[in-house]
Amino acid sequence: MTRPFVEIDRVAMRYGGVEGTLALQECSLNVQQGEFIAVVGPSGCGKSTLMRLVSGLWPATDGNVVVAGEEVDRPLSLVGMAFQNPTLLPWRSILDNVMLPLEVVPEHRKRLRAERAKYEQKALDLLKLVGLEGFGAKYPYQLSGGMQQRTSLCRALIHEPPLLMLDEPFSALDVFTREDLWDVLQQVWMARKPTVVLVTHDLREACYLADRVLVMSARPGRIIAERTVPFARPRNQETMVEPEFTKLVAELRGFIALARKGEEVI
Amino acid sequence: MSSKAQSRIEALAASARRRRRLQAWLPWLVIAGTFILWEAATEIFDISTFILPAPSDVFLAAVKWWKPLLDDSLHTLISTLAGFGLAVVAGLLLGVAIGSSTLVYKGLYPLLIAFNSIPKVAVVPVLIIWFGIGVWPAIITAFLISFFPIVVNVATGIATVEPELRDVLRALGAKPSDIIRKVGLPRAMPYFFASLKIAITVAFVGSIIAESVAPNAGIGRLMMVASSRFDVPLVFAGLIVTGMMGIMLYWIAEFIERRTTGWATRGQDAQNFTPGG
Repeated sequence: MTRPFVEIDRVAMRYGGVEGTLALQECSLNVQQGEFIAVVGPSGCGKSTLMRLVSGLWPATDGNVVVAGEEVDRPLSLVGMAFQNPTLLPWRSILDNVMLPLEVVPEHRKRLRAERAKYEQKALDLLKLVGLEGFGAKYPYQLSGGMQQRTSLCRALIHEPPLLMLDEPFSALDVFTREDLWDVLQQVWMARKPTVVLVTHDLREACYLADRVLVMSARPGRIIAERTVPFARPRNQETMVEPEFTKLVAELRGFIALARKGEEVI
Repeated sequence: MSSKAQSRIEALAASARRRRRLQAWLPWLVIAGTFILWEAATEIFDISTFILPAPSDVFLAAVKWWKPLLDDSLHTLISTLAGFGLAVVAGLLLGVAIGSSTLVYKGLYPLLIAFNSIPKVAVVPVLIIWFGIGVWPAIITAFLISFFPIVVNVATGIATVEPELRDVLRALGAKPSDIIRKVGLPRAMPYFFASLKIAITVAFVGSIIAESVAPNAGIGRLMMVASSRFDVPLVFAGLIVTGMMGIMLYWIAEFIERRTTGWATRGQDAQNFTPGG
């Protein structure tokens, strides 16, 4: 087995000084290159904190975070991120919003001016892939919430990041839009195979999308259970009605119920 | 489409047109109405010209003294714009510094607030000692008074960038200067223009205060001289000219604002009826 792409070894994270809140403790997990994992857990268990540690946005209080064989001690420059809110820039068109990372990531910003047409085509292709063909010239306020979230996803993908961090990206959407976007994300992942960490509180979402689902304990958070998701890809509506699927979701729900009570599982 | 729907859409469009026309004319109607009321009040209550001159007296005084009125208002306009220009440059720079660094913010804010609390009238004599009677005290007073709102607004715009957006950019390897350039500054623009509209009007207050304390030239001096001669209609003419200059510059600021930051005020445009848009 090759060395994992993301290695988190017994990290702790404490906010606000020595007496502050302990968000993570003894939290360890590995993610293989090209693997899609989902992290689920009771609310406030430090899922989002974990994501920021891996991206190097915040330094860990204790333990090691290693990504691509290198210790993370400053923000990585190769991560694509999407959040619950689309956080688009209202003064930019959809196309320009998607192209934002290209103006920032060092290796692209140098080439952007010379190869603008090529990059623009790439952005348009990506918009087409998520079902936003013909919306490039529109502005965020002219789009629905789901469409804005699709744009946000494109922005996270445009620079072909090897690591994609998704913090509850679909939780503000209605059920139909959400399940639509699951398929969009699955399609993108199958086409490009980035390493994905999806933080979510939707167990069906986790089982539908991920190769492996990790369950976190209540705060201070650590990984208390792990299940491999066996279903073949591409998964679809049929997958969700399989008895195996329902059983897996129920099992994870059981773990979370225990985690909320603060009991040991494993 | 049914003929009923057709006629409804037309009725909506027509009422939107009427509303827009009213909106365009309303300010002029209100101004004209004010003058008519004012004229009538002085007539009905038989108010002496010395206390409150009728608009017609003010108009006659303005016609009689049009040359000094024009010269002095141009003088005031130029020193106001010079002070305002300095305030825009300094306000933007300091606003960006304060908005992007907690350290600069913590360090400078108390001083800024203390400074802004000082009545600018009290500063003018000091400025006269430093720069002598002339155009500089007016420029600097205009600068001092209009600088603060710009700093505060630009700093607010930059400091309130959403943390998630900051994370998205930082995780791409963005430097703090990238974040300010790509997100902070564009985001601060609506705040900046809002502050310009305040700053330009108070800049007039600044320059005219300085001109009144050290009467050398400008509308301030004209009004001081006129009131010492008990020429109250001319004082009012000076006031009205100042108000007109203020409105003019306000409109210019608003025009630029609408051109550059239309994305921030789309909520107001949405009231307008725009078929197919």
